Amino acid sequence: MWELDYWIQSLGVTVVAAPAMLLAVLGLLSLLGRLKSEQTISRIVQCGVVVGLMASLALLGLMLVTGRRHIEFGFGHWVSIPNYDFWIKFEFDRLNVPFVLLTFILCGTISAFSTRYMHRESGYVRFFVLFALFQLGMIVTSLACTIETLFAGWEMVGLSSALLVAFFQERPAPVRNGLRVWIVYRVSDAALLMASVVVHHLTGSGDFDNFLGRAAWPEGHGSLEGSSALLVGLLLLLAAAGKSALIPFCGWLPRAMEGPTPSSAVFYGALSVHLGAFLLLRASPILDVSPPLCVVIVVLGLATALFASLAGRVQTDIKSALSFASLTQVGLIVAEIGFGLRYIALVHIIGHACLRTLQFVRAPTLLRDYNAIENAIGDRLSPGAVPMSRRLSDRVAAWFYRLALERGYFDAVLTDYLVRPFVRAFEWCDALERRWTHFLSGDPTPASDKADRSPSSLDDLA
Amino acid sequence: MTDLHFPWLELSILIPLIGAVLVQRLRDPVQARTWSVVASGLTLMSAFAAWEDFGLLNAKEADDAWHLLSRLFGHELFVIDQLSAPLLPLTALLYTLTIFTTLRTKIRRFSFPWTLVSEAITLATLSCKLPWLVIVLLAAGTVPAFVELRTRGQSTRVYSLHMGLFVGLLVVGGAFVAIEGERVHSLLAILPLLAAVCVRSGVVPFHCWMTDLFEKATFGTALLTTVPIAGAYAAIRLVLPIAPGWVLQSIGIISLVTAVYAAGMALVQKEGRRFFCYLFLSHSALVLSGLEMVTSIGLTGALCVWLSMILSLGGFGLTLRALESRRGRLSLIDFQGLYSHTPTLAVCFALTGLASVGFPGTAGFVGGELLVDGAVETYPHFGIAVVIAAALNGIAVVQAYFRLFTGKIHVSTVDLSIGPRERIAMLTLVAMLLLGGLSPQFIVESRHHAATELLDQRATLSNDEVPPHQP
Repeated sequence: MWELDYWIQSLGVTVVAAPAMLLAVLGLLSLLGRLKSEQTISRIVQCGVVVGLMASLALLGLMLVTGRRHIEFGFGHWVSIPNYDFWIKFEFDRLNVPFVLLTFILCGTISAFSTRYMHRESGYVRFFVLFALFQLGMIVTSLACTIETLFAGWEMVGLSSALLVAFFQERPAPVRNGLRVWIVYRVSDAALLMASVVVHHLTGSGDFDNFLGRAAWPEGHGSLEGSSALLVGLLLLLAAAGKSALIPFCGWLPRAMEGPTPSSAVFYGALSVHLGAFLLLRASPILDVSPPLCVVIVVLGLATALFASLAGRVQTDIKSALSFASLTQVGLIVAEIGFGLRYIALVHIIGHACLRTLQFVRAPTLLRDYNAIENAIGDRLSPGAVPMSRRLSDRVAAWFYRLALERGYFDAVLTDYLVRPFVRAFEWCDALERRWTHFLSGDPTPASDKADRSPSSLDDLA
Repeated sequence: MTDLHFPWLELSILIPLIGAVLVQRLRDPVQARTWSVVASGLTLMSAFAAWEDFGLLNAKEADDAWHLLSRLFGHELFVIDQLSAPLLPLTALLYTLTIFTTLRTKIRRFSFPWTLVSEAITLATLSCKLPWLVIVLLAAGTVPAFVELRTRGQSTRVYSLHMGLFVGLLVVGGAFVAIEGERVHSLLAILPLLAAVCVRSGVVPFHCWMTDLFEKATFGTALLTTVPIAGAYAAIRLVLPIAPGWVLQSIGIISLVTAVYAAGMALVQKEGRRFFCYLFLSHSALVLSGLEMVTSIGLTGALCVWLSMILSLGGFGLTLRALESRRGRLSLIDFQGLYSHTPTLAVCFALTGLASVGFPGTAGFVGGELLVDGAVETYPHFGIAVVIAAALNGIAVVQAYFRLFTGKIHVSTVDLSIGPRERIAMLTLVAMLLLGGLSPQFIVESRHHAATELLDQRATLSNDEVPPHQP
C-alpha cells in the first residue's frame, strides 16, 4: 500500500510539475534570449504536455483499478505561521480528472496546431510562453484543493488570456480589447479573493474539505449555511460570471477573438470560458444548501444563453459567431448546475469544449470547407430553418436585431454608468490636485503636463 | 544585548559617507559613477553581512561589535533587530542598482555624492531605535532631495512646506513624549507624531509633495527618497508602541481610503512619473494600513508587502527610469510600441509591476493575502478596500504596459535595447521576486517574528489592550 501511495504521490506531483517546468524552461530561456529555434520550442512544449498527460492518465488508471474516487496530494505547508496556513494541496476526483485530461489533450492538440499556424510569426516565443502559463493556470485551478491555490491558478489563466488577446500588439485594437478583458478578469479575481477571505474567516482555513465537505465530489455537504452560504456563493458566482462571460460581463468574449485563432479556440471555445462553470461545480455543496443561490444561477445562466443565442445570429464574422455560440452553451451549462444536474453539466462541458475547439481551428478555412461540401453534394447548402424574425412584426424584429447587434448594450451600460463616471471623478481630482500643487509651488506648467497631448487613455477604452 | 561579530552596521553607514567625500572630489562623472558603485556595493555587502550575522546569532536584537559609538556617545546608537535585518540589505541593494543603472546620458544630472549621503542616512535610520535619533535622521533624510531640487533650479516650496511640517510635527510629538516620560502618553504627544507619519507617507491629503518631487527631481532621487518608505519606519518606531488602538485604526481607515484613491488616480494618469508616484502611494498606504491593524496577521502582511515592495516597485521604477532615459518623459496617452526594441525591459516591467500587485508566484502574493486577511478582520466594512486597491493597481500596471510597449510599431534610428548594466539589475530583481514568490516561508516567518516582537513591545509600552499573538 505504501508503494501505491508513493506512486500516486509521484504521479500527482508530475501532473502539476510538468506544466510548471514547461513554463519555467520557456520563460527562463526566453528571458535570457536563448530561445530561437521554433523546433526546439515545439519539442519542449510537446514534451511538457505528453509527460503531464501520461501522468494524469496513469493516475486515472490507478484510481479505476483501486476504486479510489478521491486522491489528495500536496507539497506541504507553503507558508505556515501561527494562525495562518497556506497549503499547496491538490486533489483528483470525478470532477477534475476529466478537466485535467481535457486540458492536456486540447493544449497538446492546439500546441501542435500552433507550431504550424504561428510559423515565422514574430511573437512565436511569446505565444508559447503565455500558452504554458495558461496551461499551468488551468491545471492548478482544476486540481486545487484550497481556495487560495485555486485563486493562484485563476489569476494565471486571466493574465495569459489578456496578453494573448493583445498578441498582435502592433495594432491598437487588440491591445484595447486585451485591456478590457483584463479589467473584467480583475473584477472576477477580486470577487474570488473576497470569497477566499470570507471562507477563511468562517471556517478557519481555505481548505475545500472544511467548507465543501470531505466526501468525494459531488456528494460533499457544505459546512456553510444560510446567509454565509449565500454570501460566499454570490461572490463565487460573480467570479464565475467574469471568467465565463455571463451577463453582464459578456461583452469581452467577442472582443477576445482578436487573439490568434489557436488561443481563441482553446481559451474561449474550450477551457477558459468553462472555468466559471467549473468553479460553480466545485462549489456545488454550497449551492445545495442555498436554494436562493440556485435560483440566481439558473436565471443568470438562462438569460446568458438566451442573449448569446440572439446576439450570435447577427454576427458577421465566424469567430464572433462561434464565441456567442460558445456563450450560449456556457449559459445552458450554468443553468444545469443551478438545477442540480452536476454530471450532465460536466459531460456538457467536455463535449462542448471538444466540438468548439474543432470549429474554432477550422474557422479560418470555413469558406474552403463550404466550397468542398458544396462541390461534393453538387448543390448549394440549404439555408436552414425559417428564422424566428419572419414571424415577428418589422418593428419588434428591428428592435431585437438592434439589441443583438449592440450586444445587449451591456458594454455601453457598463461604460456609461461605471467606467466613465469613475474616470471623470478621478480626472476631476487629478485636475484639482494639479491646481493645488501649482498654487503651492507657484510654478509654470510642470514637465508632466507636456506629455499630455490627447484625452485620457481610459476614455479610449470607454 | 548580543553583539555582532563585526561592526557591520557602523561600516554600512560609514562606507557611503566616505564614498560621498571621495566622489565629491572627482570631476569626471564616469569615474564618479564607478566609485559610487564600488562604495554602494561595499555598503550592500556590509548590510548583507549584518543580516547574515544577526541570523546566526538567533537573537532578538544585536549591537555592533567593539562598541565604537558607545565609547564616543556613551550609548549604542545603532542596533539590528528582526524588523530592520532584511530592510538594510534590500535598501542598500536598491541604492546600488539605482547608481549602477544610471546611464551615461544622465550621469551629469544625477548627484552621486548626495545619493551616497542619502544611503548612509537611510541605513542609519533603519538601524536606529532611539526616538530622538530617529527623528533627527528622518529630518536629515529630507535634505538630499531638497539639495537636488535647489541644484536643478526647481521650486522647492511644496517639498519644503511638507517636509518642514513633517519635521515640525516630529519635534513637537517627540518633545511631548519626552516630557510625559514613562507614563501613558496623551493625544498631544501621539497625534503630532501620527500626523508626521501621514505627511511622510503621503497619506491623502498630504501627498502632493510626492507628485511634486517626482515632477521636479531626477527619477533616481525621487525613487530613493520614497521607496524605502521612511514614513512606515517612523510609524513603527515612534507611533506604534504608544498610540491607542482606536487612533491607529482610525488612521488605518484613512490609509485604506488613500490606497483606493491613489490606485484610482494611477489609472487616469497621462505621464509615467505621476503614474508611478500614485502606484507607489497606493502601496505605501496599504503597508501603513497593515501596520496600524495591530494584529499579528495584518502586521506580518504589511511587513511582507513592505519588503516585496522595495524589490518590485524599485525594479518597476528602474524600468521606467531606463525607458525615460531613452525617450524622455513618458506619455501614457498614446501607444509607444517599444516592445520590439526592448523586449527584455518590457518583460521586466510586466513582471515587477505584477509582483507589486501580488501576482501569484511572486514575492508579493502571500504578503497581499495576509494583508487582505488582516484588513477584513480588523475593518469588517473597510477591509474590502485592500482588494479594490489591488484590483485597480493591477489594471493600472497592465494599462501602462500596453501603453508603453504595444499598440504600434515604434520606428527609431537609435538603439533602444536594454544595456548590460540594466539587464543585470533587472534580472537580479526579477530573480529575487520570483524566488521570494516560490519559497516565501523564510521571509514570512521572519516578518512574523518581527511583528510579534513589535506587538510585545507595544503591549509593554502602551496601556492599550493588545492581543499580541492573535490574528
